[in-house]
Amino acid sequence: MAREVWITGYGLLCPLGETPAAWFDALAAPARWRQSLDAEACAPFPIHPIRDYALERQVPKPGDQRAMGPLMQYGAYAAGLALEMAGLKGDAALLQQTHLIAASCAGERDWELDRQILAKLDTVNDRGAFLNRQLSDGLRPTLFLAQLPNLFAGNISIIHGVSGSSRTFMGEEAAGVDALRVALRRCAAGQGDIFLVGAAYNAARPDIHQQYHAGAILMTGDWRPLWRRTDSGICLGSSGAFLVVEARERAERRGAKPRARLLAVESERTARKPGAAAKVAEREFARLLPLLKAGSLAVLSGASGRGSITAEEREFLAAIAGDTGLPVRGTAAALGHAMECAPLQNLVLAAAALERGALFPPLDPAEPVEAEFDGRVGQILVTSWGHSKGEGMVLVEAIDG
Amino acid sequence: MADGTNKPIAVTGIGMITSLGVGVAENWRRLAAGESGIHRIARFPIEGLRTTIAGSVDFMGDGPITIPSHSYAMADRALAEALAMAGMSDQEFPGELVLAAPPIEHDWASRRDLSARLGCGESSPYSLGRALSPPPPELAPFYEDFLNGTLGDRLAEKYRVSGSPITLTTACASGATTIQLGVEAIRRGDAPAALAVATDGSISEETLIRFSLLSALSSKNEPPAKASRPFSKNRDGFVMAEGAAALVLEDPDHAKARGAAILGYVRGIGEAADTFHRTRSHPNGQAIIRSMQGAIEDAGLRPEDVGYINAHGTGTPENDKMEHFGIVNVFGADGARKVAVSSNKSMVGHCLTAAGTVEAAFTILSLRDGVLPPTINYEIPDPAIPLDVVPNQARKQKVEFALSNSFGFGGQNVSLVFGAA
Repeated sequence: MAREVWITGYGLLCPLGETPAAWFDALAAPARWRQSLDAEACAPFPIHPIRDYALERQVPKPGDQRAMGPLMQYGAYAAGLALEMAGLKGDAALLQQTHLIAASCAGERDWELDRQILAKLDTVNDRGAFLNRQLSDGLRPTLFLAQLPNLFAGNISIIHGVSGSSRTFMGEEAAGVDALRVALRRCAAGQGDIFLVGAAYNAARPDIHQQYHAGAILMTGDWRPLWRRTDSGICLGSSGAFLVVEARERAERRGAKPRARLLAVESERTARKPGAAAKVAEREFARLLPLLKAGSLAVLSGASGRGSITAEEREFLAAIAGDTGLPVRGTAAALGHAMECAPLQNLVLAAAALERGALFPPLDPAEPVEAEFDGRVGQILVTSWGHSKGEGMVLVEAIDG
Repeated sequence: MADGTNKPIAVTGIGMITSLGVGVAENWRRLAAGESGIHRIARFPIEGLRTTIAGSVDFMGDGPITIPSHSYAMADRALAEALAMAGMSDQEFPGELVLAAPPIEHDWASRRDLSARLGCGESSPYSLGRALSPPPPELAPFYEDFLNGTLGDRLAEKYRVSGSPITLTTACASGATTIQLGVEAIRRGDAPAALAVATDGSISEETLIRFSLLSALSSKNEPPAKASRPFSKNRDGFVMAEGAAALVLEDPDHAKARGAAILGYVRGIGEAADTFHRTRSHPNGQAIIRSMQGAIEDAGLRPEDVGYINAHGTGTPENDKMEHFGIVNVFGADGARKVAVSSNKSMVGHCLTAAGTVEAAFTILSLRDGVLPPTINYEIPDPAIPLDVVPNQARKQKVEFALSNSFGFGGQNVSLVFGAA
C-alpha cells in the first residue's frame, strides 16, 4: 500500500527574492517582475540574475563559501531554507536519515584561466606542452572541485549535515523531474522516510551561453512574451530550489507541519518528432486524471520559451483546458528558465500558492491559456517540457484540499 | 533499509569494456590472469606531466575523442553485450535506464574550435558581444552533444528503453548508485527489469592534471603496469582509467518465467554520505561503516556470511587505510583477517564513474566461477593493513556472498552485496 507523501519544507532563492511574500508580491505586479531582467550583464543575452542575498545566513563558514561557485551557493542556501522550514536544520539524528537527491549541471569553470589559455593557444608552437604547463600552473583545486556536479550534493551534506545518502542527477529539466519522481516513489514505497530534493542554476555563465548559443536556443535583443517567442527564445534565470519530501506518518510522528501533499510525478521521453511530445503529455495527463479535482486546478508551466516546443505545450494546455478556462502561468516569463531547477522552482511556488490558497495573476494577459483565476486553488499541476528532451508532470494539492 | 521488500534481484546480462579489452570474456580472462591494462598515455602530449600513465581505452575506433562521444561508444557496446546475454536484444526493454556518466564539458579542442567559429575573438573567447546571430546550423552539435541528458537520451532511444532515462553522478560511487536505483525500482514494483549502465571516457589533459593537483594519482610511471598498488606499503595513488559496464537487473520471477539464465543476484544495497570534507572521509569512518553495514543488513546477512570483498581499493594512502579501518569495524579484527579482499583497480585502474559497475560485474563473475581475482603488484605489504588481499595470483575459492565497495570524493559511499546464482 503506497504511503501518503507530504512536502514539509521548501526553500527558493530566485530573481524575485527568497520569501513567499516577495515572490507573490512581485508576480502580481508586472512592473516589478520585469525589473528582474538584466539585459547588460551577459549581453547580447538577457538573463534573470539573483541579486543581493545574504549567503552567510545559511552558509556561515567562509571556507564553505569559498568552496563553491554561485551555482552551488544558490543550492546550499535554498537547501538551508527548506531544512529550516521542515524543522530539520541542526537535528543530527534526523539529518542522518535524510536522503538527498539533487539535480545539477557542472559548476562554474575558472573563466579567467580559460580566457588566458585560449588567447594564446593558437600562437604557440607546441600546443600540447603549452596546455599542460598552463593547466598545471593555473588550475586551483578549490575552483575545480566546485565544478564537480556530485559536489553540489556533497557540499550540502557538509554544510547542513545531511548524511542519509547523496545522489546527483544530471540532464537538464528531466533531471529535476526525475529527482522528484525517485524521491516520491521511494518515499511512498517505504524506501526511506525523509528526502531533501532540489536543484540550482546559474544563468550568468559565459561558457553555458556559448554552448547554448551554438544551438541557437537563446533569446537575444528585446524581451518578448514567453508564449510568443521564436526557437531562439530561452531567457535563462538563476535559481536555487529545494523541498523536503516526507512520509505523512513520519512527519506526524515528529510533529512536522505539512505544506502540501505530493500526489504524483510523471516523466517520460520521446524522440520529439512532431506531435510526439504532446502524445506523451496526453498519456501522463490521462494517468493523473483520476486524481484531479475539478474547479480548483491551476497549472504552473515550465515552458522554456524555445518557440516551437513552447507552442506545442501551449496547444496541449489549451486542449485540456477546454471551455473551463484552466489557469496556466508560464513562470519563465518572470523568472527566466532555470533548466534542471525549473521544475523544482515551480513546485516550490506551487506549494507556497497552495498554502495561501491563491494563485497570482496572468503573466501574459493576452495569452488565452493564462486565464484569470480568483477562486481558491486546491491543486497545481507543474509541467516540464524539456527545452530539448523529456516530458514531465508533477501534481501537488493543498493539505485541506 | 526500510524497504517493504528486500527481495534479491537477479542479474541476467553483463557487458563490459575496460583497458583490458572489449567484452566480458576477454576482460574476465585477463583479470583472472592478473594482467594489467595500464599503459603510457598516447591520446595527448604528456610533456611536463607528473603522471604519464593511464588505463585509457584506445581501441574503440570512435575517431577524435570527446568526453560524450567516447563515453557513448563504450556505453553502447556494453549495453549491446548485456542485452544480448540476457536474450533481450530485439525487444522494447521493460524497465528504465539508469546511466552513470562523467559530467559533460567541452574539451579544449572543442572549446577552441567553437570560440573560433563563433568569432569570439582571441582576447575574449567567451565574449559574444559581437557574436553571429543567428549562429550557423552546423554548430548545433557543440550544443546538443554536450547537454548532460543527451547520452542517456540516445541510449534509451537506441535500446528502446521505457520511461525517462536517469543520468547521475556520485563520483567514484556512481556505477554502484545506478545498480541501487535499478534494484529499488524493481523491488517497489515500478517495472520487472532495469538497465544499469556506467561509462567514463573522460581522460584528458585537464582531468588528469586536476587529479594530479589533488595528489591523488600515482606517479610511478615506470613500468606502467606496476603503478597501481592497492594495500601495498609503497602505494602512492590511483591510476586513472576508462571503461563501461552494464547490468541487466531483473525480478527473479520475471527472469525465470521467460527462461533466462541467472548469473547472480544483487542481495543488498547500502549507502551513506559523509559530512566531513570534500576529498577525505571522516577519520571516524562512520559513513563507510554505515554503508557496508547497511548493505549486509539489507541482504539479511551477518558479516561472517560474506566470503569476499571486492574493495574500492584505489591505491591512495588514505582510501586503503580507511577502507581497512571500515572493514575491521564491520567484520571485527578476526573477521577482517579471514575475509578475502582484492582490488580490481590494481589491474584495470580506477574507472571513476564506471568503476562501481565494472567491479560489480567482476564480482558476479567471481561468484559464478569460484575464482577470486588478485590484487597485483602486492610486493611490500603494508603492516598497518593486515588483510588477505589475494596477492598477485587469482585463487580458486567458492564464495556464496560478496561485498563490493564504492567510495566517492565528495562523500558518497555505496556498498552492494551480491549472491551466487
